[in-house]
Amino acid sequence: MAKTKVQPVGGPPSDVEHLKLESNYLRGSLVESLSNRITGGLPELDNRLLKFHGSYMQDDRDYRNEREKQKLEPYYQFMLRVVTPGGVSTPEQWLVMDELADKYGTGSLKLTTRQAFQLHGVLKWNLKKTIQEIHDAMLTTLAACGDVSRNVMCNPNPYQSDIHSEVFGWSQKLTSHLAPKTPAYHEIWLDGEKVVDSAEEQGEVEPIYGKVYLPRKFKIGIAVPPSNDVDVYSQDLGYIAIVEDGKLVGFNVCVGGGMGMTHGDTATYPQLAKVIGFVTPDQILDVAEKTVTIQRDYGNRSVRKYARFKYTIDRHGLDWFVDELHDRLGWELAPAREFNFEHTGDRYGWVKGKDGKWNLNLYVQGGRVVDSEGNKLRTALREIAKIHTGDFRLTANQNLVIANATAQKKTKIAAILKEHGVEEGTNYSALRRSAISCVALPTCGLAMAEAERYLPTLIEKLEPILEQAGLGDKEINIRMTGCPNGCGRPALGEISFIGKAQGKYNMYMGAGFSGDRLSKLYRENIGEDEIIGTLTPIINRYAAERNEGEHFGDFVIRAGYVKEVTDGTNFHE
Amino acid sequence: MQLQVTNSPFTSEQAELLNKLLPTLTESQVNWLNGFLTFYRAGNVSAAVSELASGAVLEAPASAPAAAVVPQLPREATILFGSQTGNSQRLAGRLAEKLKGQGFEVTLSAMNKYKTNKLKETPYLFIVASTHGEGDPPDNAMTFYEFLNGKRAPKLEGTKFSVLALGDTSYEFFCKTGQDFDARLAELGAERIVDRVDCDVDFEDAAAGWLSAVSTAVTAAPAASQATAVAAPAAGAASAAAESEYTRANPFMAEVLENLNLNGRGADRETRHLEISLEGSGLTYAPGDAVGVYPQNDPSLVEEIIAVLNWNAEEAVPAGKAGETASLRTALTHHYEITVLTKPLLEKAVAFSGNAKLAELVKPDNKEELKAYMNGRDLLDLLRDFAPWTLKAQDVATLLRKLPPRLYSIASSLNAHPEEVHLTIRKVEYEAHGRERKGVCSVYTSERLQAGDKLPIFIQQNPNFKPPVNPDTPVIMVGPGTGVAPFRAFMEEREESGAAGKTWLFYGDRHFVTDFLYQTDWQRMLKDGVLSKLEVAFSRDSDEKVYVQHRMLEHGQELYKWLQDGAHVYVCGDEKHMAHDVQAAFISIIGQFGGKSPEEAAAYLSELQEQGRYQRDVY
Repeated sequence: MAKTKVQPVGGPPSDVEHLKLESNYLRGSLVESLSNRITGGLPELDNRLLKFHGSYMQDDRDYRNEREKQKLEPYYQFMLRVVTPGGVSTPEQWLVMDELADKYGTGSLKLTTRQAFQLHGVLKWNLKKTIQEIHDAMLTTLAACGDVSRNVMCNPNPYQSDIHSEVFGWSQKLTSHLAPKTPAYHEIWLDGEKVVDSAEEQGEVEPIYGKVYLPRKFKIGIAVPPSNDVDVYSQDLGYIAIVEDGKLVGFNVCVGGGMGMTHGDTATYPQLAKVIGFVTPDQILDVAEKTVTIQRDYGNRSVRKYARFKYTIDRHGLDWFVDELHDRLGWELAPAREFNFEHTGDRYGWVKGKDGKWNLNLYVQGGRVVDSEGNKLRTALREIAKIHTGDFRLTANQNLVIANATAQKKTKIAAILKEHGVEEGTNYSALRRSAISCVALPTCGLAMAEAERYLPTLIEKLEPILEQAGLGDKEINIRMTGCPNGCGRPALGEISFIGKAQGKYNMYMGAGFSGDRLSKLYRENIGEDEIIGTLTPIINRYAAERNEGEHFGDFVIRAGYVKEVTDGTNFHE
Repeated sequence: MQLQVTNSPFTSEQAELLNKLLPTLTESQVNWLNGFLTFYRAGNVSAAVSELASGAVLEAPASAPAAAVVPQLPREATILFGSQTGNSQRLAGRLAEKLKGQGFEVTLSAMNKYKTNKLKETPYLFIVASTHGEGDPPDNAMTFYEFLNGKRAPKLEGTKFSVLALGDTSYEFFCKTGQDFDARLAELGAERIVDRVDCDVDFEDAAAGWLSAVSTAVTAAPAASQATAVAAPAAGAASAAAESEYTRANPFMAEVLENLNLNGRGADRETRHLEISLEGSGLTYAPGDAVGVYPQNDPSLVEEIIAVLNWNAEEAVPAGKAGETASLRTALTHHYEITVLTKPLLEKAVAFSGNAKLAELVKPDNKEELKAYMNGRDLLDLLRDFAPWTLKAQDVATLLRKLPPRLYSIASSLNAHPEEVHLTIRKVEYEAHGRERKGVCSVYTSERLQAGDKLPIFIQQNPNFKPPVNPDTPVIMVGPGTGVAPFRAFMEEREESGAAGKTWLFYGDRHFVTDFLYQTDWQRMLKDGVLSKLEVAFSRDSDEKVYVQHRMLEHGQELYKWLQDGAHVYVCGDEKHMAHDVQAAFISIIGQFGGKSPEEAAAYLSELQEQGRYQRDVY
């Protein structure tokens, strides 16, 4: 049967596309701009390129207007994101990150929703030193941001230790297989020799990406049912581990998810990935590579806000994509296998793995590893890293698993935590334990409202309401982001808030508890009083009228508060 | 007047329509309509519109009185945008292209990059501004917004304007920023030639409508005579030449317009930037000149002095001009120096002290001890250390010096800031002999002087610190810390005059993030090419302390070449260390790259000095 050849989107390439093309494989004028002493910032073009190197220029927005009056440029500083596939790092690496936070950062570490470390507040003059020290610890910032495949996520599953180690292995392989191959990173940050060879001229420097990389970022995650902690449906490409008779037999493949949208533009919307088939473990690199190349060739390079893979698929249809993928693979995916997701949240506390090692899933508020009054989390983790013989795993819920501890170390770790006033998390309210927030103000340039700094306050005000309704132990996923770009995956929160202005949020409800349904806009532009005033009667009704085992997200649909979102394309309806 | 069937040739229906329309028209719309009707009578509507749009209407026959009689405004337009996401900027750019196509000379700028002293001169001002959060202006509109809404906003009677506002109707304060600009410009006397358009999220159509309305209006709008605009600078120049009655002896009570800290939050130092109004004084100055400021003593120090001798603060004592008196408190605050000890003061004080040690201290043999004692001590120390006293409040006139004015190198160009002078004052505070000491004027301006207050000042000319007369002469400037002040004046003057010579500034301080004085000014000047090169040294940002002289040595070869090319060198700032180190650096550079011995190099520098090519303003 003759297939109709689908054409990529027309329209002139965006400025960023030109920039990438002219950047000589991500070099641009970064070296020159980094050595400019007159500004602590970078010109826009180099800042765009810097993202591929794992860093964003930001400025402290709390100071911005004040400094402008003072005839000072914004307080430019850099966020550095460190790639840790599956969120796994060694105690030695933890100690290095901890030290760098003091030496060059703002004295805290952020654990991101994509299981990466973030340092904030690094000055331009210190960027190179910081990246070098990260590199010396066998970590990298390359491709932590930018129009490439990002840090590959994977479930840090402490229950099934054998499955985890296999799945984690695949997340590493995927990350490295899809990492950019340009020598620019070495040249610029690690004083590597400038490599000019014929490969560069022949366009083979980036065999997967080519000269212009992807139209937009590309996210991959691997879930291990019954946990959907990585929000596998929010990924551009998701793998769902299929375990049969205690063995990993392969993965279901899902494609075309993504959270970001633009306020006021209904052509942008969050979307869930759709399952298209099953592959064996040895096939997943091939599937990932071919999927990436399809997006490379068909993604919208004219308008960046329409460039994510989800729009490519929605534009051409899922069938088209599967055909194209089969074509490029030269073989076909098998039919998807059965699986079942039960939740997206973390299960706190100590758990013994199948290998007899102990794992502690620890609650980290907002993913921020910092010492505070009475809760010296950062110090405690540093002390633990000094004696720990297992590893640290960042979870997709911005929490931490202290993994693979021997029984003897378990006792010591518990003692260190207690000594520093750190609670495991089980004692916090279910709402607090199920919360995610992005960084937002003051450093994120996109934020329109607070998130990390404010969500705990809001939760504190909601807790007594839930308590009074008898729902103190009921897990409800609550998420807050400062903008609609979706770092905190707000469209998958049973209750979620997307910032519109200082103190004002759009409120969404009705996402699936296991991450299988998007939420729906319920109230626009509301402040704290209205949020509480709106939620209180809904919570009370949920307490009184919910069915056995019914989740909040399901209830608000049944009760008619919001319509069910069946697909991203009807998110705005 | 209401049109009726009885007083016009119109039908009642036509009259009603006209009655509805006419009162809503602006003056410019009436004028436009006038021209339009002329064409309309001659041909057809589309011809009329296109003629008007192409700018040809002003060639219309004499029967179009408005168009023919009034001369056209200079074809210059200023388009300012306040943009967060780039939409306003893009629309402003489109308008700029459009107007350029119509033969306009267009200034297109982000609001915060716009030099507001040009505002008054612009015949056409177009604003494209978005609104954010709870009705807030975008970041790059903030300073302009505050300027325009502040007391220094100029009258804009000769200006025609229109505003395009971008916003989002889902917010309470939809398009507030644009609305504010629109209202304020009208309030300042500017004439609205096209009504403001408020755009929602999908702004394209509404914005396009505004763009074409503006494009039509500028061709149709006749304007006030050009002569007014030209006359203003001339008048300014005339008054600048006039002698001022205000002098050191008769200081001008100048209003402080702005008093801000130039050091960012977290800094370990404080530097005030003062903007002072010279309006009505007739005072003028040139780059390199200084301002003398009469400060006030620290009131708490005054009270302590009064208390230590149990004086009556209200007692009248001689103060000010001969024969005048003031209360003791006022005299010690405004008229006498109380923070510095001098030899004559101590010698006179012997007569009032019952303490033999003081008489001993001032003996010629004890010169060193006296010097050591006076160092870092003040009147309060003296009074405490050498009691008992027979000193009476009246005696302060005999004992104390008059409070001297403090001189500060001017940090502004009069051409860039008409009727204003800017100063850069670093707050001096330190501890000595167990007490905290405060610089009189710097702490006064830092802690007690506020915008709106009056400050007694005069101009101190400094003919020995003057930029080269030849605009093509290269200029090398070394000014770390507040030493950079006069170079802001130099460079602002060059921004105005368009001098073509190369310029090179060496600046340094402690920390890049907080202490880079006038950073955004330098960045602008570098971008515009007014400043050719800038080297900076921040001594506390790295393990090794780096100062301006190190940067000079790094660029020794090029610096020497500049000298050989006839560059003038200016050094301003700390005399004790900096000026010495900088001089040594020059001698080293001249020696190394000129192949000269240290003596020859020093002679070379002396020669430059004699030729007026090596000028210093050090303190």
